[in-house]
Amino acid sequence: MTVISMRQMEAGQSGAISRVRGGGELGLRIREMGLVPGAAIEIVGRAPLNDPVHIKLYGHDLTLRNNEADNIMVDVAAEQEETHE
Amino acid sequence: MSDQSASDRSTIVVALAGNPNAGKTSLFNKLTGLRAHVGNYPGVTVEQKWGHLEYQGRSIKVVDLPGAYSLNSYSLDERVARDFIINERPDLVVNVVDSTNLERNLYLTLQFLELGLPTIVALNMMDVAVARGLNIDLTRLESGLNVRAVPLVATSGQGLDELLSCILEVADRPDKDWRPLEISYGADIDATLGQIQAQVAASTLPVDRMPARWLAVKYLEGDPAVEQLVTAEAPELLEPLAPVRTKLRVHLRATEDDELDGAMTDRRYGFLSGLRRVAVTQTRRDTREISDTIDRVLLNRLVSPIFFLVVIYGLYQFTFWASAPLTGWLENFFEFLSETVSGAMSDGLLKDLLREGIIGGVGGVLGFAPLIAFMFAGISILEDSGYMARVAFILDRIFRAFGLHGNSVVGLIVGGGIAGGCAIPGVMAARTLRDPKERIATILVTPFMTCGAKLPVFLMLVGAFFPDHQALVMMGLTLFAWALALVSARLLRTFLLPGASAPFVLELPPYRLPTLTGILLHAWERTWSYVKKAGTVIVAVTIVIWMMMNFPRLPEEEQAVFDDRLTVVENQLEQATDEAAKASLEAARSAISLEGDSAALRHSLAGRLGSGLTPLSELIGFDWRANIALVGGFAAKEVVLSTLGTAYAMSPEAAPAADDESGDEAGGSEEDALILSLGARLAAESAWSPLAAVSLMVFVLVYAPCFATVAVIRKEIGNRWAIFSMVANTVYAYLICLVIYQGGHWLGLG
Repeated sequence: MTVISMRQMEAGQSGAISRVRGGGELGLRIREMGLVPGAAIEIVGRAPLNDPVHIKLYGHDLTLRNNEADNIMVDVAAEQEETHE
Repeated sequence: MSDQSASDRSTIVVALAGNPNAGKTSLFNKLTGLRAHVGNYPGVTVEQKWGHLEYQGRSIKVVDLPGAYSLNSYSLDERVARDFIINERPDLVVNVVDSTNLERNLYLTLQFLELGLPTIVALNMMDVAVARGLNIDLTRLESGLNVRAVPLVATSGQGLDELLSCILEVADRPDKDWRPLEISYGADIDATLGQIQAQVAASTLPVDRMPARWLAVKYLEGDPAVEQLVTAEAPELLEPLAPVRTKLRVHLRATEDDELDGAMTDRRYGFLSGLRRVAVTQTRRDTREISDTIDRVLLNRLVSPIFFLVVIYGLYQFTFWASAPLTGWLENFFEFLSETVSGAMSDGLLKDLLREGIIGGVGGVLGFAPLIAFMFAGISILEDSGYMARVAFILDRIFRAFGLHGNSVVGLIVGGGIAGGCAIPGVMAARTLRDPKERIATILVTPFMTCGAKLPVFLMLVGAFFPDHQALVMMGLTLFAWALALVSARLLRTFLLPGASAPFVLELPPYRLPTLTGILLHAWERTWSYVKKAGTVIVAVTIVIWMMMNFPRLPEEEQAVFDDRLTVVENQLEQATDEAAKASLEAARSAISLEGDSAALRHSLAGRLGSGLTPLSELIGFDWRANIALVGGFAAKEVVLSTLGTAYAMSPEAAPAADDESGDEAGGSEEDALILSLGARLAAESAWSPLAAVSLMVFVLVYAPCFATVAVIRKEIGNRWAIFSMVANTVYAYLICLVIYQGGHWLGLG
């Protein structure tokens, strides 16, 4: 299991969310958009100035700022195993 | 049972809810067509749309709730939606969901179900879901959530009949109680939840309006509005409840390293993911190939800024180019009207009031209507196609640094970020921003841009004082406007609107082809609400300003002096035979009459205000004439130039060079003429220096927005900010000009 924050992920990399840190407005909004533990995500790319980040979640596109992505921990190894199946 | 027949005849109230991009607007338009009304939710500037329709002899009122992902009370839109449901108790909710993204969309559905009000899930975009190989088992979905579900394609109207009969069925069900859905949050949370629910049920909280279970859930989540409610209505509950919640929080942090509110959201998603496993099967891999391909090009790091510039320039050109003929026709029409009136009436105050005050005011209001219509048609295309969300994505990093949002750029550019825009549609464009702080800041700085009405003043001053560097100075003004807007936004967001923005997390909807109906309806709604809401205020203020500039009249003896001089010249003119003498007498006649106008203007309330302000304005280089012009400019910035002309007793017709120019329309060449003659006059005036000219240009750029813009600001974000924009911008302009003028003098530039 290799867990890194979503900010550290590179374009094209995918994984499964293992944890979302924090509550309150930001913590809730992140989860309400479907970014909850267990969800599979893929980094599509980043904006011209490297922020925000563009991701795929269940085949749909989302974008969030890097400082928001900091709260999302992703297990990158887990997803790779799945995709290799 | 006796009220059954009564309810048969009464109107069914349906709240229409859904995630942004789920197709809620399409369904609303399909249901209510052109019969929609627009107003505000009580006490807030969030817009409420509603419409009526008849189905099988029953009258149905559809209220469009703001697009929402949830019903928590952090965002204004969601709080408004929630308050509407709790306070107005609609008969039912039609929750539009995107069938291709059930897991996320049903989260909002759960929020309604936890509240307990009857809900119909409208499974929109069913056609796309089927094409992508999604198979939704309706029966399982309905029983899993205990709701009714209706497949729908809102854009084509497919499934509309089924939805409507389902609405009647649900509205007429015999048992009208709300039945909250009870989701299991896991053993630990459920135990505490039960405990709190029992205490809430026995308390003085209004459990007849809000189910005890729901209040307990929201209290555990730490929902700010419910927290407030408990403090206000049942403070005795805080003592027993708070420790219970704290204990659970501590427990969760220790055992699962998680926050309580977050954990509860996760459990709801767990519930939905279980539901999806039983109710949805996927026969093929879900793809959005076309949309993904477009994104690969348009969101490419190198292509995206260029394509964005092309699109935004296109929007700007489209707005001003497409509206120009209509604006021209409207101008001609009002000119014709005004000429007809002056032909039909005898000279006098009433005629002037009718011509300049009323017809001018109404013409001024309607003159902006084509601009607003076309800009919103353009914005509607950007939004409906899915590109607007991408604009936010591309520009967010830059605008965030100034406390704004990526989408702020649209209002700023339309407002004059490309010289020649207009702040009215610019301010209205900020509607696309969801965060109130970012929206207010964007709206307040939009009037700093170089709008089309400020341009003639700039052209006049630049032509007179910087004849060799005209393009450079104009360009500098535009850049200065941008810098000022961004820095001011930063100041606003630091001192007056502090605090973090709402989370950015944003959906990039798949690209879709906008529908013509959608575009036209959107443009029509915006334009009509502008004419109706801002229009009346603008006409009223135009009349007030007109009166300020015309009253009090010159005292009779002073007027008589001018009249006598005129009579003398006219008599001489009658007797003159020689052409040269005639010409010089005619010139003398118009000079006297202009002198009279100038004296009258100085005598008026606006003139006195202008003179009274001279001690202050001298410090930034303006004489009383400039002051009057600036007072007049409050009605509309176009007035600055013509008033300055009157104050200097310059006539628009008296310019020599103008007629040589190509066969321009009368209005244009008159203005060009005034720009030239007034410019020459100011350049010759010892009181005016290039430094004073810069000071005046900056002042015109920054000071109070024209009243039409203030009226729109008031409509968008309320009275307080509208007054703020007038007062603060004027003070701000004064301070900036003080630095420029006094600093310039100190540096020896005066």
